[in-house]
Amino acid sequence: MGVGIEVTNLNAWYGTNHTLQEINLDIPANHATALIGPSGCGKSTFVRCINRMHETNPIARVTGTILIGGLDIYADAKPVEIRRRVGMVFQRPNPFPTMSIYDNVAAGLKLNGYSNRHVLDEVVEKSLRNSALWDEVKDDLKKKSGASLSGGQQQRLCIARALAVDPEVLLMDEPASALDPVSTSKIEDLIFQLKSQYTIVIVTHNMQQAARVAEKTGFFLNGRMVEFDSTHKIFTNPSDKRTEDYITGRFG
Amino acid sequence: MFATVLVVAPLVAIFVYLIYKGASSLSLDFFIKVPKPVGESGGGMANAIVGSGILLGVGSLIGIPIGIAGGIFLAEFGRGTKLANAVRFTADVLNGVPSIVMGIAIYSLIVVPQGHFSAFSGGVALGIMMIPTVCRTTEEMLLMVPNTVREAALALGVPNWRSVLAITVKTASPGIITGCMLAFARVAGETAPLIFTAFGNVDWSQKLSEPIAALPLQIYVYAISPYDEWHRLAWAGALVLIVLIVLAVSLVRFVTSRGVMKGAS
Repeated sequence: MGVGIEVTNLNAWYGTNHTLQEINLDIPANHATALIGPSGCGKSTFVRCINRMHETNPIARVTGTILIGGLDIYADAKPVEIRRRVGMVFQRPNPFPTMSIYDNVAAGLKLNGYSNRHVLDEVVEKSLRNSALWDEVKDDLKKKSGASLSGGQQQRLCIARALAVDPEVLLMDEPASALDPVSTSKIEDLIFQLKSQYTIVIVTHNMQQAARVAEKTGFFLNGRMVEFDSTHKIFTNPSDKRTEDYITGRFG
Repeated sequence: MFATVLVVAPLVAIFVYLIYKGASSLSLDFFIKVPKPVGESGGGMANAIVGSGILLGVGSLIGIPIGIAGGIFLAEFGRGTKLANAVRFTADVLNGVPSIVMGIAIYSLIVVPQGHFSAFSGGVALGIMMIPTVCRTTEEMLLMVPNTVREAALALGVPNWRSVLAITVKTASPGIITGCMLAFARVAGETAPLIFTAFGNVDWSQKLSEPIAALPLQIYVYAISPYDEWHRLAWAGALVLIVLIVLAVSLVRFVTSRGVMKGAS
């Protein structure tokens, strides 16, 4: 089951560049939350703070608190523990190129020490079914490399890989921006199904996409969160002038 | 097309010439007998073939692990640190050290204190010569692995060291193996570092503590001798050396390519 995320006074830097300033928001459990905003506004940095990937860059720095299901992820946990609870799907599909489809999905478990074949088989099938890829690949699980799939299939493989470690939260950083419209709509259908089991945070440049999949939407601009509300309210009656300008296409 | 011919021509020319000069002296005896004294006909280089194998084995055991470990450090853990720059500089300088100097260095570091020539010291000389090639190709192959692959592993909650070993190194492994093969093939034909270390041996010896025969050494000794019989054996030895290197490299490629998925980009 998904858990809620409470963010309080979050600031983040790359070197001297203050990329996130005083972010406060509550992301509800078992819903999809979309983050929109122009390029460079900090929304990708924000999701990378939620699974502590931001700090893998040596010049990066973070202050503030993030509670995931009540756990203070910066004070009371190690990065590797957080990343097992918070899965991530990246902008470009990034399957492990030398591994089979099966090994790609099982990688998270295997590398964290699970080796029971029976369990692995079950988890791989369940994850691939959850990411709507099972029927397309079930016959060449161990024969084909993850890199031999199409772009859209690779992205669903990456989703399966993230789901296999049984996270509570799924972060998606523009998951469909490198995909064609058919693959995009498959990913969106998937988000719709997955949010009953996971808390989903999706960064997107595509405002229609945010409107289609998310109950809540946050608008980021220049490292600050301008507005956070129900998606319906953001797109029909935003309270901030800048949000309105952005969604009506006046800038960005 | 023209470029292909240019690249392949020298190899083919050498190979054809070696077959022309050496094939007629090859016989079963060449592979199973030790050299005969001057004046007696026949005899072979069995001891040198086995000796080269032992020397290369010792060299690979030293050079490949150290080289790969160094390459992993340079590309994954030490990036941008002073220590990494020092290691990289050292590897490049080591790569430029003439092989005869390597022989003399090992002679004074191992042979003189021990008081005798030995297969071990020869293996060490070859191993040290392998390190820079293995190290730098490993580093370059690891740097070619896209960062998105590293991020994918880290985002699954895999500790960094484990992600490096199980994901990054595995992804780069075809290139790393090629680097090891290059280093192996290069030192397989080295003569100079063995003159003061392995020394050569006209008899059977597989002991690491004793002087040992090696194909390049034997070829060298026979080629500068005044006897026609020995010249013919030297040509045969050169042919065998090249064929064995090609076989060893092909075998490793074949075995290792089966563990890697096709379609990898």
